[in-house]
Amino acid sequence: MVALSAVLPTPAHADDNEPVETAVPPRVELVLDVSGSMRAADIDGRTRISVAQQAFNEVVDALPDGTELGIRVLGATYKGKDKTEGCKDTQQIVPVAPVDRAAAKNAIAALRPTGFTPVGLALRGAAEDLGTGETTRRIILITDGEDTCAPPDPCDVARELAAKGTHLVVDTLGLAPDDKVRRQLLCIAGATGGTYASAETPAELTGRIKQLVDRAKDTTTVKTPALVAGGKECAGAPLLAPGVYTDREKISEHRWYRVPVRDDQELRASVSIALDRPVNPDYGVLLRATAADGRELVRGTDAGSGRTDVLSTGLRWSALEPDVESEPSTDGPVKPTEVCLVISNSFAGSTANDAPGMPFELTIDVVATSPAPDAPGLGSGWLLLLVLTIAGLLTGVLAGWLTRWWVATWRTN
Amino acid sequence: MLIHHGQGHVRLRNRLAAAAFAAACATLLPAAAAMAAPTPSPGSATVNRAGTSFLTATAVSVGQPVQVTASTGDYLYWSFSATAGQTTQVALTVALPPAAKRTGASTWTVDVFDGLRRRQACTAGAQTPIAAATATAVELGCTLRRVRSWAEPWSGDPLPGTYYVRLSVTDLPEPDLGLPIQVDMLLGAEGDAGADDGELKAPLVPPAKPGQVVAQAEPVDPSASPSPTPDDGSSALDWLPDLSARWIWTTVGGVLAAVAGVFGFSLTWRRRRS
Repeated sequence: MVALSAVLPTPAHADDNEPVETAVPPRVELVLDVSGSMRAADIDGRTRISVAQQAFNEVVDALPDGTELGIRVLGATYKGKDKTEGCKDTQQIVPVAPVDRAAAKNAIAALRPTGFTPVGLALRGAAEDLGTGETTRRIILITDGEDTCAPPDPCDVARELAAKGTHLVVDTLGLAPDDKVRRQLLCIAGATGGTYASAETPAELTGRIKQLVDRAKDTTTVKTPALVAGGKECAGAPLLAPGVYTDREKISEHRWYRVPVRDDQELRASVSIALDRPVNPDYGVLLRATAADGRELVRGTDAGSGRTDVLSTGLRWSALEPDVESEPSTDGPVKPTEVCLVISNSFAGSTANDAPGMPFELTIDVVATSPAPDAPGLGSGWLLLLVLTIAGLLTGVLAGWLTRWWVATWRTN
Repeated sequence: MLIHHGQGHVRLRNRLAAAAFAAACATLLPAAAAMAAPTPSPGSATVNRAGTSFLTATAVSVGQPVQVTASTGDYLYWSFSATAGQTTQVALTVALPPAAKRTGASTWTVDVFDGLRRRQACTAGAQTPIAAATATAVELGCTLRRVRSWAEPWSGDPLPGTYYVRLSVTDLPEPDLGLPIQVDMLLGAEGDAGADDGELKAPLVPPAKPGQVVAQAEPVDPSASPSPTPDDGSSALDWLPDLSARWIWTTVGGVLAAVAGVFGFSLTWRRRRS
């Protein structure tokens, strides 16, 4: 085991002095559309609901131990025509807990396609079911038809849930989707950093749900970044210790932070802005480190165009040389320099100004500085060999002549 | 006669030294030949997952085959660690959905980022190929720059630490999103360690823990904090450069100089004795 862990690459800091923490179980909620349209028999000649039921059964059977899985349905009970009533129709049929396979299967088998499609309300309900926690929680939304109950628009709901900072990801699955459904699901997925897939065969649906449940398990090892609210200027901006943070910033907004860095330390910072909404095709991000007086120390920048999930950049900075001379004069403790970091973006889009800003992830690290290397003490290359050989040859010839001359004078004397 | 014999000896020794040196060079100096396509290392387990963000990137190692199923439009992340002197090659193959379900051409991109999430340049490879509407698969590749052992903080040179690979589709007709694909990835690497000077004290490995806002920067006592250059016994040999090809070059140079010196010395005596 030791040998194995030594061989495996380590993508993140392994903290030796950190107490071993108990693994948090992955929490997933499947949200299934059971509206009337699920009766359509267009997936390999079977109805959409029967395919979904079979997929759910297989997923429940194959569920990794320790996964907390809940199931919520929408449009499952109200048979009437009243839209106001029908659009409140969403229930949790399996609570988010270590799954009781038999009970879950019975609940799935009893589902009959019935009513409206209140996707927005179901998403809100699912977010409440999952509660808050230190790790990412996933909602897997499976639907075949577009929301028939807006407002609330499900995409706005997704953005609102994401803006709460509780790190909720909505993965979406369209069952034989049409253009409208696809656009809606893409919007929901994009707003929360989730994924979109369409399923047109039973195998595709089962495979994808299993994959998403597996992913939820993977993300439990990654704790959600700390929420922070950046300042409007450097003075009074939050002072950050090393770690991962998350914040939001509107288009053309600037967010400031401060990081204490000692003379013998190097600052490392990186930022990733997520494109959680449609923006104009060309965009950029700028991360600058400045001194307290506004003098720029270093900047990191990246720009791009086209479809992407995040736009990232990073920077390193350290004081040129540790100030050794001043050390004896200061007897008391030395206050570290406060480096200001400012994040700005050059996105452009038609998003309303009051909408929550675009989410970004900020990574701060402070490590020992790496001084510039001295000139090498050893040489390399054919030229070196040539010079050394010629020098040796000349020395030999010179030594030979000197010896000859010395022997000659000695003999004559 | 005796001297002639001796000279023959010197020549022979020279030739032997040259031959030995050539052999040493052939084995120790980096081959300048073009990199071959990466091959899976025997016995390594196939990775069948991918992360969806920098934080959740799936760690893979060089030579470990990766095979995942995904959907068109997914952003897939993997991470690997590179050491100084390493030149990494990323090779990706995407098996596209059946052409009957697609409506047009798609542009695929492989991006590589370093531990600070800075974009890394590819020196070779098809980084953004366009798959025709009828293509069944698309191949992507990226050969990175050689990792330096040290670089100025202001520079963007590749440094030892974590690297991220991101596969995405950057341009395609919207109806083609969400279709099933299969992705194969393999990393190859070659290079020699310690080829240049300087050392990065901490590799570019990003922290993964959530951060904490502090109320005030804690002042540090310079006498209490460990000095950057501790003067204990273990650092007595710190001034010696690390083992590298430079040691061989310099030593061979010294040997050649000595041989040339003896040869030069013998030249001055030859005419007088004969």
